[in-house]
Amino acid sequence: MLKILRERFRQGYRTFPYLKKDPVIAERFRGRPQLPIEPCALDCHACRDACPYGAVQIDQGRVGIDLGLCTFCGDCATACPSGTLTFSRDHRLATRKRDDLLVGPAELQLAAALDERMKKLFGRSLKLRQVSAGGCNACEADINVLGTLVFDLGRYGIQFVASPRHADGLLVTGPVTENMKSALLDTYAAVPEPKLVIASGACAIGGGPFRGSPEVNNGIGDLLPVDLYIPGCPPHPWTTLDGLLRLLGRLERR
Amino acid sequence: MSRLKPAQILRNGDSVPLAEVTILEMDAFFTAVKQEAAAQGRVIALFASPAGDEFDLFALIAHDWQGTLALLRTRVVDRYPSLTPELPAVHLFEREIAEQYGVVPEGHPWFKPVRFHRSYSAGDAWGRDQQPLIPGDMDYYRVEGSDVHEVAVGPVHAGVIEPGHFRFQCHGEKVLHMEISLGYQHRGLEPLLQGKPGPATMQRLETVAGDSTIAHATAYARICESLSHTAVPPRAEAIRALALELERLANHVGDIGGLATDIGYLPTASYCGRLRGDYLNLTADICGSRFGRTLVRPGGVAYDIDKDRAEKMSKQLALVTRDTKGALALFFDCPSVLARLEGTGQVAMDDAEALGLVGVAGRACGLAVDARLHHPWGAYIRNFDQAVFEETGDVHARAKVRQREIVNSISWVNQALSTLPDSPLIERPGRLAPESLAVTLVEGWRGEVAHVALTDKQGAFSRYKIVDPSFRNWSGLAMALRDEQISDFPLCNKSFNLSYCGFDL
Ligand code: SF4
Ligand code: SF4
Repeated sequence: MLKILRERFRQGYRTFPYLKKDPVIAERFRGRPQLPIEPCALDCHACRDACPYGAVQIDQGRVGIDLGLCTFCGDCATACPSGTLTFSRDHRLATRKRDDLLVGPAELQLAAALDERMKKLFGRSLKLRQVSAGGCNACEADINVLGTLVFDLGRYGIQFVASPRHADGLLVTGPVTENMKSALLDTYAAVPEPKLVIASGACAIGGGPFRGSPEVNNGIGDLLPVDLYIPGCPPHPWTTLDGLLRLLGRLERR
Repeated sequence: MSRLKPAQILRNGDSVPLAEVTILEMDAFFTAVKQEAAAQGRVIALFASPAGDEFDLFALIAHDWQGTLALLRTRVVDRYPSLTPELPAVHLFEREIAEQYGVVPEGHPWFKPVRFHRSYSAGDAWGRDQQPLIPGDMDYYRVEGSDVHEVAVGPVHAGVIEPGHFRFQCHGEKVLHMEISLGYQHRGLEPLLQGKPGPATMQRLETVAGDSTIAHATAYARICESLSHTAVPPRAEAIRALALELERLANHVGDIGGLATDIGYLPTASYCGRLRGDYLNLTADICGSRFGRTLVRPGGVAYDIDKDRAEKMSKQLALVTRDTKGALALFFDCPSVLARLEGTGQVAMDDAEALGLVGVAGRACGLAVDARLHHPWGAYIRNFDQAVFEETGDVHARAKVRQREIVNSISWVNQALSTLPDSPLIERPGRLAPESLAVTLVEGWRGEVAHVALTDKQGAFSRYKIVDPSFRNWSGLAMALRDEQISDFPLCNKSFNLSYCGFDL
């Protein structure tokens, strides 16, 4: 017992005061892309050619990236000869609408809060059931991290539960494999109304690295109505937390 | 049998023109596989590849103490006599071949689908014609008797984990048999890798099993380097190995935390949960991604660890090391913890060997399987003598292997950070050799990751075979559950901590 107490004392208090302080993220982390503000030379499409998923779009020299298809590999930035396409360390990326994931040089339209009725229902207590529908399990790993004491998701009233019947919504990862499609739909059906769907990670939004395989559905697509999109491969735990808190209207003035 | 030297002898990372690999008569092939296996050989891969209307069957047998890999090849049409009755280690490989190409291993004692996907060729080995196929739809082994009951779990489980289906045959609380049916995470990876390799190829290999990104990425990069005869600069080799050991640390520490959670020992559970993240963050310090995405590239690595960064990482590692040691000491010094782990979920060494278990699970049963030791590559060559073995084959042994490997990996990373050799970071590989076969092994944190690639006339991949350690080890978990209490399943499962997606591909 004494040993346990001594170790507890040594390990110290590690929960991060998220809303009060900005999180510390690795210097080389690739977050929200910073796109060229001025139009690029019309004959340059090095970034578009570099992207394996067609996430980079160029219109009249204006570059946009579809964060729903992007795995944040950084190849487009490496390819950019003028160095005007870069990735910032901004971890805030979640949106409410699929179209909002298509970013240009302007500010990203971050997720707005749920409407008043839903916010009243879920704002202080949100129970989610996670469903892995393919993917590589790194998304799950970095969602599990939210339960550790650094992130301590529980303090915001958000919790992952074992049964869809106890849940207010689903958090889906993976490109939705053929073999998980019906289990995903069944799980959704088992969640009582009203319910939310969160698409977490490049896979769930657009198929991620597995996009185009005949064994996957290229993400949730039209299978379920999605309320929150969290880009990343996998999304950084802070990105997920930020998205969830925005959805619940807990970050409105930030 | 003619003494025409049937087997091509390779080493980890070798490639060979396909024309030089003798196509044996079927009988000679199977005799040779059995002989190689009997001579202290270990089958690491058995797979098919289309050859016109027929199929090439390739077997790779490792002779660990010689550090060699024997490659054998034959041609089959649509069936062959199953090897499984004599060589149980190939049981899943034969089922996989049947599912992928409709080639039937006649006399296979446990002939069932593996991942529930459509055959890549014309025929379905089970004559299934539903549209779509129903995952998990197969005959499960059943124990009859009035007191016997069946428990079915999954595919969707209770936690934030991947899907899979488990069937238990129980007598009261006692598990007589557990059957595992997977395939829910099947993304069709192997066919997706065929063709000319590009940036997406690497990303798909980084995501075979997301917690083993460095292991699979390294195995793939080495395939490209082998086929293009590229020499990887020493600094890149050192950074790859360093990242592989960080990957091992993050997962091993996380697993000890997971075991602590499952037995309700909360101090270690909560410390290790956080510490796992600290190791992931060290990887992110190198390349920006906690899972090591984008770090390994064919020919080398994409990111350097300069002197300042190395010093910063060393300092951080020192802090994390202290906390890790404290969290582990609490766990392994606590009698009630040990009592819970010891004797639970035992796998006998003979069974482990027969099933071909690898990695942590194999070493916990006393099997000397560690590619870093026997088939070293890159920075491990002449530099690794710390392989860890335990003997009891129980949950405790699997925890112990991890604990000891944590200590070793910490000193590896420390050492590596202060001795990074001077060299460029990457030597871009040229064209891949046409009509060749390359094989690479990498000892990931879970165990042996094996990749085999075949190229066509243009040097594009005509077949890419991935063997994730989970493919070998799930049968070990089923074995560990025999005669255990069903309530011990979570603990046994955690002690293996296998990947669903790595198996499902
Ligand atoms: S960072 Fe995103 S947009 Fe850029 S190349 Fe990679 S996947 Fe494409
Ligand atoms: S989005 Fe990326 S990290 Fe998440 S499951 Fe898909 S491949 Fe893995």
